[in-house]
Amino acid sequence: MNLLWVVLLPLIGTLVPLFTERFGRNICTFSVAILPAWSLILVLMFAGDVFDGQDIRQSIDWIPAMGLDLSFRLDGLSLLFLLLILGIGLLVILYARYYLSAKDSMGRFYAYLILFMSAMVGIVISNNLIQLWLFWELTSISSFLLISFWSHKSEARKGARMALTVTGAGGLALLAGLLLIGNIVDSYDLDTVLANGDLIRSHATYPIALILVLLGAFTKSAQFPFHFWLPHAMSAPTPVSAYLHSATMVKAGIFLMARFYPVLAGTDLWFMIVSLTGLTTLLLGAYVALFKHDLKGLLAYSTISHLGLITLLLGLNSELAAVAAVFHIINHATFKASLFMAAGIIDHESGSRDMRKLNGLWKYMPYTATLAIVAALSMAGVPLLNGFLSKEMFFSETLNQSMLGSLSWMIPLLATVGAAFSVAYSLRFIHDVFFNGVPIDLPKTPKEPPRYMKVPVEILVTLCLLVGIFPAYVVGDLLDVASFAVLTHEVPIHSLAIWHGFNIPLFMSFLAMVGGATIYYNRRHLFEFQSHFDETDAKHIFEGIIQSIVKASQQIITTLENGSLQRYIFLLLLFTLVMGALPLLDLTQNTGSRPQIPVDGVTITGAVLLILSTIATVIWYRQRFIALIFLSVVGLIVSLTFAQFSAPDLALTQLSVEIATIILLLLALFFLPQNAHKESSNRRLSGDLLVSGLIGCVIGTICFAMLTTPLSTISDFFIANSKTGGGGTNVVNVILVDFRGFDTLGEITVLGIAALGVYKLIAKMRIYMPTRDDKGRAWSNDPHPMMLEMVSQSLLPLALLVSVYIFLRGHNVPGGGFIAGLITSVAIIQQYIAHGVLWMKPRVNIDYQWLIAGGILIATATGLGSWIFDKPFLSTWFDYFGLPWIGKFELASAMLFDLGVYLTVVGAVMLILANLGKLTTSERIHIKEND
Amino acid sequence: MEAIYAFCVGILTTCGFFLVLRGRTFTVVMGLTLLSYAVNLFLFASGRLKLDGAAVLGQSIEYSDPLPQALVLTAIVIGFAMTAFVVILAMRSRADQGNDHVDGHIPVQSTKSRISEKRHS
Repeated sequence: MNLLWVVLLPLIGTLVPLFTERFGRNICTFSVAILPAWSLILVLMFAGDVFDGQDIRQSIDWIPAMGLDLSFRLDGLSLLFLLLILGIGLLVILYARYYLSAKDSMGRFYAYLILFMSAMVGIVISNNLIQLWLFWELTSISSFLLISFWSHKSEARKGARMALTVTGAGGLALLAGLLLIGNIVDSYDLDTVLANGDLIRSHATYPIALILVLLGAFTKSAQFPFHFWLPHAMSAPTPVSAYLHSATMVKAGIFLMARFYPVLAGTDLWFMIVSLTGLTTLLLGAYVALFKHDLKGLLAYSTISHLGLITLLLGLNSELAAVAAVFHIINHATFKASLFMAAGIIDHESGSRDMRKLNGLWKYMPYTATLAIVAALSMAGVPLLNGFLSKEMFFSETLNQSMLGSLSWMIPLLATVGAAFSVAYSLRFIHDVFFNGVPIDLPKTPKEPPRYMKVPVEILVTLCLLVGIFPAYVVGDLLDVASFAVLTHEVPIHSLAIWHGFNIPLFMSFLAMVGGATIYYNRRHLFEFQSHFDETDAKHIFEGIIQSIVKASQQIITTLENGSLQRYIFLLLLFTLVMGALPLLDLTQNTGSRPQIPVDGVTITGAVLLILSTIATVIWYRQRFIALIFLSVVGLIVSLTFAQFSAPDLALTQLSVEIATIILLLLALFFLPQNAHKESSNRRLSGDLLVSGLIGCVIGTICFAMLTTPLSTISDFFIANSKTGGGGTNVVNVILVDFRGFDTLGEITVLGIAALGVYKLIAKMRIYMPTRDDKGRAWSNDPHPMMLEMVSQSLLPLALLVSVYIFLRGHNVPGGGFIAGLITSVAIIQQYIAHGVLWMKPRVNIDYQWLIAGGILIATATGLGSWIFDKPFLSTWFDYFGLPWIGKFELASAMLFDLGVYLTVVGAVMLILANLGKLTTSERIHIKEND
Repeated sequence: MEAIYAFCVGILTTCGFFLVLRGRTFTVVMGLTLLSYAVNLFLFASGRLKLDGAAVLGQSIEYSDPLPQALVLTAIVIGFAMTAFVVILAMRSRADQGNDHVDGHIPVQSTKSRISEKRHS
């Protein structure tokens, strides 16, 4: 038996209604109730231990590295809330069976309801702050789903969104608060937190943590000024209101304050914020409730008022007040849930909730009326009902405080005023609905509801009576353990009796009764007085705020994101510049200790050429052909740079890639405008130049700092093992095909994918073929020059021979698959240039896609081959053999891998260039549009 | 020598970025090409500069760092594939959209400025 099941059973139960919905309403309801009932039985089995003063704790490792456990505790407070959540939850399940119409999706409703129930159960038995918060958020989300259950109604959607926004924002504040608390005590474990009250209260961040946690609690429990979401949440189906807005959701905030009472309460700050907020909410809710014509609206504001009362009690920093708060949690839950259900019955059976239309229902539904009247009297605080008891305790506690100094007398006075209004709206609920003439324009003739719809109300009203008459027997023990959990020490002596003799609280009650009756009797004047004020609908204010936030965000987005890629890149560069330059400012010197190479004339010449041609590329960038020529010069010098600084492989690669690139760009230029107009304003040009110049400076500086810093490299390993481990003396090539062979395999795959992408782009290209250049001169139709044809044709075997040679020697001297592949490609391209596509087509009829696929397959197969010999992927093998005439030579599996690289490179380069070239002829590739 | 090298990388970066910031696709491709030179040289520089030290065993006394060279070698080849992809994309964009602006359409501002420019000249 495990505490985990208490929350897990309802959570599993979330799925039940989705499966049982099809078997009819009764079976669905019954099946839905099983798991929560089971969970309730578990709780009751644990209850004995709790009553004996033994809290139950259980935890399972969740994310131990972060100090997060799935951790549960069951103490008196949790027990009380579990009984409310599961008990009232079961009653609501039964009630909803009759409330929901055939059109409503019962399965969906129950699924949301049980999800919410699980979340609430999770909150009250969590023993870990983060876990508690997770369940807290789950209640926000599931209550959103419940409130918006009738999603076809606009007010339901709006109400749900408002509730989610307010409670969700509060949830974020709560998270921050909990993190702060967790930071103070260095643990998210609730036990540890609760044991460190003094540490937390004396910590510098206590006020911030307190305010953040209270923000979470106040938003959830609809305390002023966050109360406005609750009346709008009344657009939910009534079972939801009966459950969420009486016993559970709104009580979660109260629970939170009670839970953290041992650590957060007891300071002046706590008193000021909590009690004053509670008092304001109490008065405001009670006053507004009277003027609501909607039954549920009245109940909603009454709920706000009673939540304010509980908050006020918690804020008084008195132990007896905390006991009274716990007591009122029970009482409010019972009478308010039954009142909501009664309101739902009235709505269900008469078709209206408007008290201006609902009159004299006593004649039509005397039984329901009796139940509702009893519950309403309990709400008013009439003796012999539970509401009276906690109200008496509340009055006596307001008398016993002296926190406001000489103004302390105001609190009992205001409390009596609030209670008077409470009596007044309770009277209105009774008199206006059940008496006061006859019904006006009701859509249906009211009648008693189905038998079992009344059962939940009966049970709750019976509880009100039982608690009201025999308080000590019925809830005495529960109240004691729950209060003990809040106070964490012995509960002060209090007496749960109906009669305490003639005392001031009794007198206050009497005053409130008389006052309430007077207010109700003179309600016409009050209503008239109230009608002078414009009713400010919180919905409009809320919507207005949301709209302006959306508008502001949109404005920011349109300013930042105006659809211009140039601007995005500019901003990106600016950001990079700031991020890159800032750390450089701290760098005092940018020259390292590595000895620098002396400058020589050849290098200077190369550098000057590079710089000049780079700048020339930019200067003539609108004369694209000229810019391209300069660009090729830059590329050539880059390859010379590699050659100069001991990287022959790179030099060879760069050189051959350079040729392919320039041919590619020349081909592309044929289809794109060869010249461009000046487009950017001078301001833009200078801005761009400034930013790119500064970035160039930053990059150059970093480069220089890096170059002059002594090198510590991992390459010594490669150099030491190249010959012995990889069987080659060209370390660069051995790294490519052996040490880092897996990287290379990935890279040739990327190469192949890019080439295939290009192929696909070309295949569907419907590009206009220019016949004239920019200046209107027709392109030449001359056949290919004979000299070039002859020379290139005789060069081809030579070039192929060179590439074979480069390929074979690559393992030991500069060369290898990449370079050989590029040389082969360039040789073939030369034939294309010299002879044209038409000439080449019958002669070189290779499907380059197959070449790419074959290359990658060979490389992969070589890698896989090592598995046959029980070696890891891509292990290489090599050995030396001797043959007559040729002499000693080496065979290595890496060469096979290199062959794969070679084929992929040839395939990729040719696939790109040959197909691009074919665009200029009738040999264009064609793929059907729906290909 | 190091200073000159670093200066060249800086110039290539500057010019590369300046061209990337232009509005027409072909210019951007040229800018990207310049940038890839800069990036390759920069990466290569992480192995520091060394004369006559090709990483071929037995051919020099001290070897240059072969690792950046191997990385840059593949980077050059992939850089080519990427340039090809971008340039074909640019052509395709022109074929489909009817213009060669990076946004796929000529922004209103630049049309305006061209008109005003014509008026001035």
